[in-house]
Amino acid sequence: MTKVQTNSRSIRIKGRSFLAVVLTPDLPLDQWLERLDDLAARSAGFFLGRPVVLDVSDLQIDRQQLGECLAHLAQRNVSIMGIEGARHSMISPGMPPVLKGGRPAGDVDVASVEPVAVAAQSVAHDAGETLQEPQATVLQAPRSTLQSLLINEPVRSGQSIIFTEGDVTIVGSVASGAEVIAGGSVHVYGTLRGRAMAGSVGNSQARIFCRKLEAELIAIDGIYKMAEDLPTDLLGQPVQVWLEGDAIVAGKVN
Amino acid sequence: MGKVIVVTSGKGGVGKTTSTAALGAALAQRNEKVVVVDFDVGLRNLDLVMGAERRVVYDLVNVIQGDAKLTQALIRDKRIENLFLLPASQTRDKDNLTPEGVEWVINELKRYFDWVICDSPAGIERGATLAMRHADVAVVVTNPEVSSVRDSDRIIGLLDSKTVKAERGERMEKHLLLTRFDQNRAARGDMLKVEDVLEILSIPLLGIIPESMDVLKASNIGAPVTIADAKSAPAQAYFEAARRLAGEDIPVTMPEEKRGLFGKIFSRRAA
Repeated sequence: MTKVQTNSRSIRIKGRSFLAVVLTPDLPLDQWLERLDDLAARSAGFFLGRPVVLDVSDLQIDRQQLGECLAHLAQRNVSIMGIEGARHSMISPGMPPVLKGGRPAGDVDVASVEPVAVAAQSVAHDAGETLQEPQATVLQAPRSTLQSLLINEPVRSGQSIIFTEGDVTIVGSVASGAEVIAGGSVHVYGTLRGRAMAGSVGNSQARIFCRKLEAELIAIDGIYKMAEDLPTDLLGQPVQVWLEGDAIVAGKVN
Repeated sequence: MGKVIVVTSGKGGVGKTTSTAALGAALAQRNEKVVVVDFDVGLRNLDLVMGAERRVVYDLVNVIQGDAKLTQALIRDKRIENLFLLPASQTRDKDNLTPEGVEWVINELKRYFDWVICDSPAGIERGATLAMRHADVAVVVTNPEVSSVRDSDRIIGLLDSKTVKAERGERMEKHLLLTRFDQNRAARGDMLKVEDVLEILSIPLLGIIPESMDVLKASNIGAPVTIADAKSAPAQAYFEAARRLAGEDIPVTMPEEKRGLFGKIFSRRAA
């Protein structure tokens, strides 16, 4: 009666994030649906084939009303891939799954219309790991084709800049207790006193550059070094940090 | 319309209340109508420093909850007639401050006064964020030591994100007031230097207030130092800071404690 495992190869499960359109209905629902129809009329096929997430966090509705709402949307060919901000008691079998941990990603432009309650959010599918975000101001960059983020002011203690799409350039200092997390390299045209993490999505080629090194922690591709482990002769100097194999190497830049 | 200033710091005990009282009295002596507002509900102190603790009948919370009119809660200073105090409540806690109530009070005060100076509580919670919310200008009070500087940096971040001005996409005007500064100790390296603090916080300097017994003396007799001993070094520094707040462009001078010949000899021996 025991199942014999015939194949020793395991199934690989990975996390990946996608950009989804988020619809935020408001009450009364029939009026909101009317406005949605209005939008669909002006921009035909906007929802066709798009992943749509329904955000009901601010909505006072029960399971039955949610079911009706989903049915109305299905009638309009809006297929809902997930529901955000719903209590589990509101979900009955057959409904899309509850999503958590969505991060804002700027507004989506719907051709030739005034702003409607449509915002795009990137939905992190159970990535196995959740981004530990400190309770702080998170400056999120709107999604664009540019693969770099420019911050034109000092990053203050308690703030964290998270930009996994590419490089972050800071014209100013990064304070003690602040952090910068970039998918690519981190450039600081000032003093780096806080934390800098480059190559955060698995880019071992990423580097960290700063005009003056006084960092609390530096990391590239998950490999990190604390302030005490940094060579003391580099403190206060213009420095670049890179990865050689599995070791963090720092050197002066002139 | 008056200007709303928040005096804030993040860290406690750096001199917010003392500076609020001193700047308020200094501005009032320029013949402008000034009100100092205590936002430290539950731990009020501004009434003591202003010497009005025995004249408090109604307070900020009473006004917000509609138990008293604003004019009933305002206390006129006995020495300067265009200086007023709006005290905080000592028996309630900060949850009694509502965002709508605070907005209403600030807007009313702005109509009658040239300067509305809000004394923020320490910390970054409700009381502090409400105190800064409607400000036009922030005075960040910092001591020349690392923990105070880091907390001030945190507060500057909040000023740039959690205030009405920031939410409208405007820039909040921020000034650094360096208090309890001791030039000798900074020179010896026991304290951060002015340049170090300015480099870390990168906001313009409003003034440097020397560490002085005169400040403590003034607080204990219930008078802002700019009223109690207007000739003293800290009072002079506060007068200068007030002139800068009012828009005058004057260089920041390094304040020096006046000492008699005997004092000079004595201090040199001690050092």
